[in-house]
Amino acid sequence: MELIYTIIDAILPIEALSFTFMKNAFLAILLLTPLLGLLGTMAVNQQMAFFSDALGHSALTGIGLGIVLGVSSDLLAMLVFGVIWALLISRIKQTGAASTDTVISVFSSTSIAAGLLILSRGGGFAKYSTLLVGDVLAVTPNDLAYLLIALIAGTALWAAMYNHLLLGSVNASLARTRSVHTRAVECLFVVLVAVAVMLAIKWVGVMLINALLILPAVAGRNLARSSRSHAAWSIGIAMFSGIAGLLSAYAWDTSAGAAIVLYAAACYFVSLSLRRFIK
Amino acid sequence: MPNQVCSLCRIALDKVNVVRGGQTLLQDVSMHIHCGQLTVLIGQNGAGKTTLIRALLGELPHGGAIRHVDDHGRNIPRLRTGYVPQHLDFDKEMPVTVEDFMAAAFTRRPVWTGVSKRTREKVRAALADVNGEDLLKRPLGRCSGGELQRVLLALAISPAPDLLVLDEPVSGVDQNGLKMFLDTVTRLKEQHHMAILLVSHDLNLVRQYADHVVLLDKTVQVQGPPDYVYASPEFQKAFAVGARNLTSTRHHGVERWTPRVTSDPQEGGEG
Repeated sequence: MELIYTIIDAILPIEALSFTFMKNAFLAILLLTPLLGLLGTMAVNQQMAFFSDALGHSALTGIGLGIVLGVSSDLLAMLVFGVIWALLISRIKQTGAASTDTVISVFSSTSIAAGLLILSRGGGFAKYSTLLVGDVLAVTPNDLAYLLIALIAGTALWAAMYNHLLLGSVNASLARTRSVHTRAVECLFVVLVAVAVMLAIKWVGVMLINALLILPAVAGRNLARSSRSHAAWSIGIAMFSGIAGLLSAYAWDTSAGAAIVLYAAACYFVSLSLRRFIK
Repeated sequence: MPNQVCSLCRIALDKVNVVRGGQTLLQDVSMHIHCGQLTVLIGQNGAGKTTLIRALLGELPHGGAIRHVDDHGRNIPRLRTGYVPQHLDFDKEMPVTVEDFMAAAFTRRPVWTGVSKRTREKVRAALADVNGEDLLKRPLGRCSGGELQRVLLALAISPAPDLLVLDEPVSGVDQNGLKMFLDTVTRLKEQHHMAILLVSHDLNLVRQYADHVVLLDKTVQVQGPPDYVYASPEFQKAFAVGARNLTSTRHHGVERWTPRVTSDPQEGGEG
């Protein structure tokens, strides 16, 4: 860890990064934003913005249930519940019992209500309020190890499944004639999004996590013509917003999550005005 | 004049049934799709054309048998199917080029990391086969219906399948585009000797291009060479031209069927 800190000091000798907690936060953002940027491209292409939003909200229920069931780790409770929740939503979506946004809306409000109900028991919700806005400055070297593993595993999985997911998203029958297991790939995708969202939520917050997943990818879409440039723009914008947001939050003494999302939003509006020159 | 005795390599459907939710969608469909022939499936909406395709693609459970047999009637265990769907359901603003889309089917390398030179050449060659080289860098959502159909055809025939299933779009492709598409299909049929099943809504073009026509309405109503089927009472009934006369006219160089509204009881125009 010391070596990495020394490298950061050498490359970026700025005041904000002279503190260890800021270095940790900086590293967390470098590890987290590329994966969110990558996953976001497909989430946007498959019009799943609302889905990932509902997924973020389910973190509250996950933690709540974890407490009720006596699970010691908040993260584990969120991960397990998030994955189950994601698979459940996509299963009901596939049966076509109701329109997608209706299904998601039902799930979203149910999970918020259930989470609030459990967490507010005895008037103690205040201690969970950091969950809503996140606290990237609380990252520890241990957390960084998790995030590094998540980034490597997530990117590897994403690389292995992307082509199949792309074919399936254009036409499922066509994909199946090319030996793509469309259902399995879709399930894997929602699980991956669920894991990435749950890992990020403690740092970015329930209210802002979806913005970080969706905004860089939508902005990138305005600037890209191919899959490759979309991924590049999306990762670039996510990382830029993350770093710029962190440093600005330090300077302005505000929530880092909010600053990061505002940068991403600014990128989106800029991309919107550039769009007609590129497309 | 069904061809139940035959000595060609074929995909043989024998009494295929599909029942979904207590409703019989297909009943005892028996037909052959011969290698090196263009078999065209026609029928009204709801006649079960799409159901039959889905059964052929292995997407619907069905009764009866679908077998791939060689010219001596021996079973060939593997059936490689190429499929051109009727429509694509994707976000038109999606930044995915034709090259990305086809490369995704050809290679394991994730296309968001780029496309290798070798894969690009493969995609280019496949597109050249359908006169679509200029589409390589075009975003998928910017292709017209006809262009998209050619891209899908290029994908479906690389590598060459045993059975090519083409679900023709009801709209979005103009007459010239359709003719170009069918010319390509005819060339492929002769070059690769593959069995081709086309679901078509354009009765004029069917007559011009088909080797074998199957009129479906839950079961096979009539099948045979185009002239035979078009003259049959089943055809007249299905397309409600019973009391009217069919005349063949030349229109933009394409032979067209146009119903002439008269009270002439004579049936079957050219048939």
